[in-house]
Amino acid sequence: MRFIDEFRDNKIAAGLVDKLNALLGKTDKTVTLMEICGTHTMAISRAGIRRLVPKNLRLVSGPGCPVCVTDQAYIDKAIACARHKDVIITTFGDMMRVPGTRSTLEKEKASGANVHVVYSPWDTLKICTDNQDKKVVFLAVGFETTAPATAATVLDAEKLGLSNFYILCAHKTVPQALDALCSDPQLKVNGFLCPGHVSVIIGGNAYAKLAEKYKTPCVVTGFEPLDILQGILMLTEQSLSGVAKVENQYARVVTPEGNTRAQSILYSVFKPSDAVWRGIGTIPGSGLALKPEYEKFDMEKIMPVELPAAAVNKACRCGDVLKGIINPFDCKLFAKACTPESPVGPCMVSTEGTCAAYYKYDRS
Amino acid sequence: MFNRILLTHGSGGKLTHELIKTMFVKNFSNSALNQLADSAVCELPGKKIAFTTDSYVVNPVFFPGGDIGKLAVCGTVNDLSVAGARPLFISCALIMEEGLETAVLEKIIVSLRDAAKKANVKIVTGDTKVVEKGGADKIFINTAGIGIVYSKARLGTQFIRPGDVVIINGPIANHGMAITALRKGMQFETKIQSDCTNLNEITGALIGSLGKGIKFMRDATRGGLSAVLNEVTEGRAWGIEIDEKSVPVDEPVRAMCELLGFDPLYVANEGKVVAIVAPESAEKALKIMRRYKDGKGAAIIGTVKPGLKGRVELKTLMAGRRIVDMPVGEQLPRIC
Repeated sequence: MRFIDEFRDNKIAAGLVDKLNALLGKTDKTVTLMEICGTHTMAISRAGIRRLVPKNLRLVSGPGCPVCVTDQAYIDKAIACARHKDVIITTFGDMMRVPGTRSTLEKEKASGANVHVVYSPWDTLKICTDNQDKKVVFLAVGFETTAPATAATVLDAEKLGLSNFYILCAHKTVPQALDALCSDPQLKVNGFLCPGHVSVIIGGNAYAKLAEKYKTPCVVTGFEPLDILQGILMLTEQSLSGVAKVENQYARVVTPEGNTRAQSILYSVFKPSDAVWRGIGTIPGSGLALKPEYEKFDMEKIMPVELPAAAVNKACRCGDVLKGIINPFDCKLFAKACTPESPVGPCMVSTEGTCAAYYKYDRS
Repeated sequence: MFNRILLTHGSGGKLTHELIKTMFVKNFSNSALNQLADSAVCELPGKKIAFTTDSYVVNPVFFPGGDIGKLAVCGTVNDLSVAGARPLFISCALIMEEGLETAVLEKIIVSLRDAAKKANVKIVTGDTKVVEKGGADKIFINTAGIGIVYSKARLGTQFIRPGDVVIINGPIANHGMAITALRKGMQFETKIQSDCTNLNEITGALIGSLGKGIKFMRDATRGGLSAVLNEVTEGRAWGIEIDEKSVPVDEPVRAMCELLGFDPLYVANEGKVVAIVAPESAEKALKIMRRYKDGKGAAIIGTVKPGLKGRVELKTLMAGRRIVDMPVGEQLPRIC
């Protein structure tokens, strides 16, 4: 397949691995790199890259799976909404199986709740028009990749004068989360493999402050195996030569300034807010909330839900996995009490969660 | 464990298997059922027969490359075929939703007829029920089938040995992706066709020529190739190693899978047989498959390896390695 196979050429891959071996063979240091994005985690596992790279190169996964970091209380709220007879929930497919405190949307659907899987937030508008007697709630989840589409949908709902369209917002932003991670003294990362899709929107420059403030190299990287190997090599080169700057491996798609049109749509509808990250906690300024003029679309404002505090399994170490402090294999629950069929923690839930990727592809 | 049936229980993955074990096998247990093969193989005086049943609830009813009628014949014929039997008789029970257009019904019935003719089986009995509007989705079909087990057939996972070779009769994931493209809200323009077809000619020829050289066959339907391979290796000391570059996947199917984040190994097929054969029979098996229209794309995709302890492993295009796990549920398009 054109533009796919070229990025999976195993001869070029072997050349990149040779270079990594040569670089890392000369040092007894261990280089630890964090792939922030869940799609990277999955692509690394799927291509078997973890077993290809030198032993003193450690790949840890970060908090970049939007499903995984969605707070349990948010799922509980979505479920509470879904139980109202006059509510239709629309959601991306991978939210269906995420466990709240006691249930999932998949189970609620089986019990009669009206839950639709959509492929784009816009699909919600059609459902609104077809079901004027119902409140239709889109579960707005994801990073800067999906947030502009939600924002554009809100603008369209306003333009169409829809009075039954709502969102339950859990959108989050990546740079603020990375800043919070970096300020954690426990984190020892020598470089960030920065997310390709998010960077299409926010641009490579968005990581400049981070690279400078924490002296940590950042490389915006694509998702094909060769992209990832090259990104790893670029980070290793920077790290071993004491450089910390932003480089763009994914220049065929990502520009320094990003998609400014999408950014302006995003910030015309949303404003920064504090956000709770499942497994990590509240990170100031890392969320998005509807601006006052669009609050009428906010489900939480229309139908506030009071919920008991979510019960969290104390043995679950997803927080440490999301921060790259431990590897999923180091968690006692991994592949025992916690599996993709009955996940305990968020990292096992989504197909792109770190624990799910390790379980699916790297378990031995 | 679960107090309501979820859609995932019907996906052919782990939850389906759990339901089968904890509910059906527990209550029905007998030697023919407990094999959990595609067909039950039962002894009648002087004859060994294969017996199977399957229900078809596909939505939409008509799809590129087939329809629910063709599927209902081919699915049951294939379950008999991979059990080493020559399919003979089929039953056909219809559950129809009030309001179904008779023109639609006729189109489906004609398709059942044509598929039965092509597979050389007779539809010898049937049943009709109509439920109120909303009680079913247009039409559901159940077919059961009986076949006679070939005397030369000696099939079962117990005959598999390290060194044996895994073969498939053509490219995977076409059916699942053809259906996915038609799903509500997908608006996906593609020429991908379902691979829905009967496999009894191919399986009959394989048994006829290879005899004991062919150790095991299964049709890879729900759960895809990965489900079949995991069922085979479960609980064994050996495992299966698949070579990613040799697994045939058509270009449009690969492209669509890439776009949606699906792994073709987990996507449904309706005309694919996975055969495990002795190493000395491998080339011959390939040649036989390729003689047939539905076997032109046949390929050796892997081998049975000692020491893998029941695991299925994939040698990736990048020469890396990874596990191929039993699917958990339907694959869902991801957020980003």
